[in-house]
Amino acid sequence: MNNNTREPLIHVVKRKALPWYKAWAIRGIAILAALIVCAVITAIVTGYNPIKVYATMLSGAFGSARRCWVTFQNTAILLIIALALTPAFKMKFWNIGGEGQALIGGLAAAACMVCLGDKLPNGLIIVLMLISGLVAGALWGLIPALFKVKWNTNETLSTLMMNYIAIQLVAYYTVVWESPKGSGKIGVINPNTMSGWLPEIGNKYLLPILVSVLITAFMYVYIKYSKHGYEIRVVGESVATAKYVGMKVNLIVIRTMLLSGALCGLAGVLLVGGINHTITTTIVNNQGFTGVLVSWLAKFNPAAMIATSLLIVFFGRGAGEISSVVGLNESFSDILTGLILFFIIGCEFFITYKVVFRKNARKEETNHD
Amino acid sequence: MKKMRALLLALAMLVALCSCGSKKEEPAPEVEDRDAAVVFENSSETVDVTALVKDYADQLSKTKVGFIFLHDENSTYDNNFMAAGIEACDSLGVEYILKTNIPEGQECYEAACDLADSGCNIVFADSFGHEAYMIQAAKEYTDVQFCHATGVKAHTEGLSNYHNAFASIYEARYLAGVAAGLKLNEMIDDGKITAEEAKMGYVGAYTYAEVISGYTSFYLGAKSVCPTVTVDVTFAGSGYDETAEKEGAQKLIDNGGVLISQHADSMGAPTACETAGVPNVSYNGSTIAACPNTFLVSSRINWVPYMQYMIGKTAMSEKISTDWTGNLETASVQLTDLNEAVAAAGTAEKLAEVSKKLSSGEVKVFDAATFTVNGEKVSTYLADINDWGDYTGETEAIVNGAFAESSNRSAPAFDLRIDGITLLDEFYG
Repeated sequence: MNNNTREPLIHVVKRKALPWYKAWAIRGIAILAALIVCAVITAIVTGYNPIKVYATMLSGAFGSARRCWVTFQNTAILLIIALALTPAFKMKFWNIGGEGQALIGGLAAAACMVCLGDKLPNGLIIVLMLISGLVAGALWGLIPALFKVKWNTNETLSTLMMNYIAIQLVAYYTVVWESPKGSGKIGVINPNTMSGWLPEIGNKYLLPILVSVLITAFMYVYIKYSKHGYEIRVVGESVATAKYVGMKVNLIVIRTMLLSGALCGLAGVLLVGGINHTITTTIVNNQGFTGVLVSWLAKFNPAAMIATSLLIVFFGRGAGEISSVVGLNESFSDILTGLILFFIIGCEFFITYKVVFRKNARKEETNHD
Repeated sequence: MKKMRALLLALAMLVALCSCGSKKEEPAPEVEDRDAAVVFENSSETVDVTALVKDYADQLSKTKVGFIFLHDENSTYDNNFMAAGIEACDSLGVEYILKTNIPEGQECYEAACDLADSGCNIVFADSFGHEAYMIQAAKEYTDVQFCHATGVKAHTEGLSNYHNAFASIYEARYLAGVAAGLKLNEMIDDGKITAEEAKMGYVGAYTYAEVISGYTSFYLGAKSVCPTVTVDVTFAGSGYDETAEKEGAQKLIDNGGVLISQHADSMGAPTACETAGVPNVSYNGSTIAACPNTFLVSSRINWVPYMQYMIGKTAMSEKISTDWTGNLETASVQLTDLNEAVAAAGTAEKLAEVSKKLSSGEVKVFDAATFTVNGEKVSTYLADINDWGDYTGETEAIVNGAFAESSNRSAPAFDLRIDGITLLDEFYG
């Protein structure tokens, strides 16, 4: 490089791969910084002692046995959706339709509960709910995949638009199934017979947690050790390479989106059949999008997603408790969650790049050469 | 083939597992029996705050109330509850926790349980759709009182710690209707409209009893002073949708409505009226600041008496009534902020007179002599008071020549489609 060129005061250099402990140290610092900024802002706005802010957050997420269970259950659902999105993202197929895929799975399950509730034995209804939920989710993943392989449409747009179709379908069936008539709500489905309610294992929170553990293990093996996982990685790196070595790229895209959609559908079945026993247009609560974040933050590593999904849920519930305790509304917890995410996502920049000041720049170059 | 077999095996195991986990279905009781077994308990009792604070200070200091709100203070509906809850708690010196933006789903159950876990002796929820989840929590925390506004199931659930509450808002709406009718008379007398053109508009939320009872009482109030009045009703399909409510009001005005009222909560309808210069009767709070030239009067439910009642009863270790219906006398329903600049002359005096007659029972809002359905008087009607999910009426509602609104249970049940009211649409949800 020409040493005579004037260098800017600050410039950004791409790092070579950081050792894992350094990367995690940076992430740790980011979380710490996020907590400090949150505490300072809460203290300024409310006059609260910052230490008490942290204690409140912890208590919001883990303050009682029930809060722990709810935190873990919420984590489980978010984790399942994040895991479901992962194979598609690994393939660089930008599936941001998790919301719709989960919702349509939930709708299929709700349909079974409403229409078959008093006609079939409970065990059979639950099996049908699972099958129809998985199939519906898979179908919602399949449609954008077909468009992609057939006409090379932009999957970001088509998966996104499928979300709105699912939301409108749920809105339509809310009117069809509403109870009481005219209220615009479905209410609890089969409250007396409990048909189609997924069985409680241990307590009412455990089932989704167990399912999420199974799916995490499955996804870890699937992506890392299976032939399918290898194909997904190759297609993600380079479609040309995949074609050159004789992989059927179209088949892989369709297969992966079927899996991605079906698992999202499963999350929907759990939400409707296992947790809420009703369906609303907002039941997935944007986790189809938050799941993308969870998956990215974990670098598509299923095991790391346990930590990232727990982190997101912890901050959400902690921030919610702060706003409840200090008497501020939801917007305040949104602000805190936004700040925290800003730091967590922002730190990835410092893991990939480093900021170099002019004085150090020369030294830097000699090091690099 | 092997895969197929494995799949079938897995499916069979799943069926077996699910069948084990399934709950036994309880045989549904005979229809007549379950209705006969229902015990109605509907009170409008209030507590003496000063006596309570003096005699039960110790118990009150151990009382803690948890509130669950569907939205936050930005919604006039929730704000009405929130302000009342805080006022009642402060007046009795009890601790409270507010949980806002709790959707009508499992989150409500979790919030209710969490409040109980946090030491609340009373948990209150403010939205219709919270009911199922409040009941679920009430079954689990039998020593905590669960109070739910606008709900319909307390008397059929038979839980000693689950209660419904409402207020006779139809009386206030009837009074608001009287004020509206007088305004119409003034317009007719001034020659602005003919008697046949006295058409009002009403923006509802959803097509269910609470809303139907609301616009019908408003209409009957207006009709009591202005016999030629008619009303068009449109539904916003939401409890809070500013755009839909504004468009609804505009549609009613375009359709010939010369006076507008609404069940809906946003500023949508009032601002549309202010722009068009059409008088507006508001709900749950005055809109006079934003609409000084068109705001006529507002009816609202004042929840403070009920909140004080539920806290007081709990502190005294006495039973809270299964249903509770506040009325004009308990100051639970109020007509507020009559705007003299818009109202017809003599409105305040007339309102005071009718109010007195309502309290004494001389005037009944749903007097069967004052309305017809399909051209005929109604002498008998089975209302769906016991909500078994079947939507069929089982309780005779015409008592002593009037529809007995909020007598057996607190929530409104009037859902007759009477003549003079035209529904422009009803298929929103």
